[in-house]
Amino acid sequence: MSAALPGIVWRRRADAAFRALALLVLFVALAALGTLIWDIVSDGAGALSWSFITSFSSRRASQAGIWHALTGSVFVILVTTVLAVPVGVAAAIYLEEYGGRSLVARIIELNITNLAAVPSIIYGLLGLGLFVRMMGMGRSILAGAATLALLVLPVVILSTREALRAVPKSLREGSYALGASKWQTIWHQVLPVATPGILTGLILALSRAIGETAPLITIGAVTFITFAPDSIWSPFTVLPIQIFNWVSRPQVEFQAVAAGGILVLVALLLSMNAAAIWLRDRHQKRGTW
Amino acid sequence: MKRVEFLIEWGLFGCALLSIGTTIGIILVLTIETVSFLRQVPIADFLFGTEWTPLFATPRFGVLPLVAGTMLVSAIAMLVALPMGLLSAVYLSEYADERLRRAVKPVLEILAGVPTVVYGYFALLFVTPLLQAVAPTLAGFNALSPGLVMGIMILPLVSSLSEDAMRGVPRGLREGSYALGATKMQTSLRVVVPAAFSGITAAFILAVSRAIGETMIVAIAAGQQPRLTADPRVPVETMTAYIVQVSLGDTPQGTLEYRTIFAVGMLLFIGTFGLNLVSTWLRERYREEYA
Repeated sequence: MSAALPGIVWRRRADAAFRALALLVLFVALAALGTLIWDIVSDGAGALSWSFITSFSSRRASQAGIWHALTGSVFVILVTTVLAVPVGVAAAIYLEEYGGRSLVARIIELNITNLAAVPSIIYGLLGLGLFVRMMGMGRSILAGAATLALLVLPVVILSTREALRAVPKSLREGSYALGASKWQTIWHQVLPVATPGILTGLILALSRAIGETAPLITIGAVTFITFAPDSIWSPFTVLPIQIFNWVSRPQVEFQAVAAGGILVLVALLLSMNAAAIWLRDRHQKRGTW
Repeated sequence: MKRVEFLIEWGLFGCALLSIGTTIGIILVLTIETVSFLRQVPIADFLFGTEWTPLFATPRFGVLPLVAGTMLVSAIAMLVALPMGLLSAVYLSEYADERLRRAVKPVLEILAGVPTVVYGYFALLFVTPLLQAVAPTLAGFNALSPGLVMGIMILPLVSSLSEDAMRGVPRGLREGSYALGATKMQTSLRVVVPAAFSGITAAFILAVSRAIGETMIVAIAAGQQPRLTADPRVPVETMTAYIVQVSLGDTPQGTLEYRTIFAVGMLLFIGTFGLNLVSTWLRERYREEYA
């Protein structure tokens, strides 16, 4: 007993120190986020004004605005949604409801997991080679959206599968027992129940796409533009690229404009995330499955 | 009716196959351009050359300076992300109560969801000046500041995947350890972490892959000077930053300079895809261990 006593005292002290260290690390991570937010708000709040949002890019920092980039971002994301969502949801339905444990389904699954971790700039090179050059789309909104669609597809598929998996088996079996076919069961029973979950995943995937810069630079989105895009064949720029362009300029005045652009981008992202959280909460209240 | 069902199933299957098409597309596009690049530049010069000056009058195509820049920034990021990510995972999985977990996890998710261009801004205009106040020899563009910021960006990924792995460890192992008189720290470090080892390793490998492929932070804050160095205070250029640099310029399509970005992209793809495969394989393994 007397030999064990110093041991336990020492070990308890080590445990307390370790606990404090781990908590400190967690605190540092949270403090980093706080500092980041504080830095950008204090740099960029002064740049924000109504004319900042409704003006075009300019060579003078005091007159620069983000209208072209904001409309470009929204336009690209809308086209990306149209391209990625139907295909992604369909692929997820196949893998979750039809594929089972077949070899092909497992290879596709493994491939999707790996694609989700391929660097986004590689998708940019794919878009440049495939959409811009081989398919002749040029440096258009369509080429950018198609590139981003391929980029978010793995995320859309993975999150849709999660949502489908959460639908209980008994619901499907009840439908079969009433004589419904497989597709009737999926369309009339499974999908309606899974919709809030699917939407949450979609919004999170698209909010990732809206912050992407590298793949769109690679396909050649322009960095200086003075008009809003009007068709899917228009040249375009997006908010993150405009921010990057401003950050890279040596003049100090453009730093504040860049921070202002970041605030608008973050506001856009936050509102998308808020929508996702709202959908998730609504789902959880209803979901007593 | 049967026919419709059949058509629907094949339609859905076609959509699922598109993901395989994406992989094939990436490999094809990169291979075609890399092969025509290697016709003009011997592969040994490309892989082992120590000078990267493709835009100069007398171009040299040795990729090692870009690889070294990538490794340097990634290594700094890993020095931040791996220990901090693992510690916060241990805390969240073994020490924290449910209320704290619920409060902290969304914040970590936000940290992971911040666009990388924002981190680039933060590295260049906040972290670098801050570091220069401490170390005046630090250049305006350097490997240190983007490395540190990238580490903070990747930390949530390490933390959340490691925590998943640790929470998958059966309770019985922990209780056995407590019954032998071990403290929480001893149980965490000598029982839970070793038991979750393959899952934690998978998280670490995925983090390395993320760091290698990260683009905007380094394109903004690390500079654009390919340099074979291990000095974190001077400007360097990573593989991803080089691709961005060429894409922003007016290099005409079909030229040798233009093909360099595909050759560099090929290296990047092989590296990250290989790491991702190993990571997936390890994760499958821990799932089986305690299924």
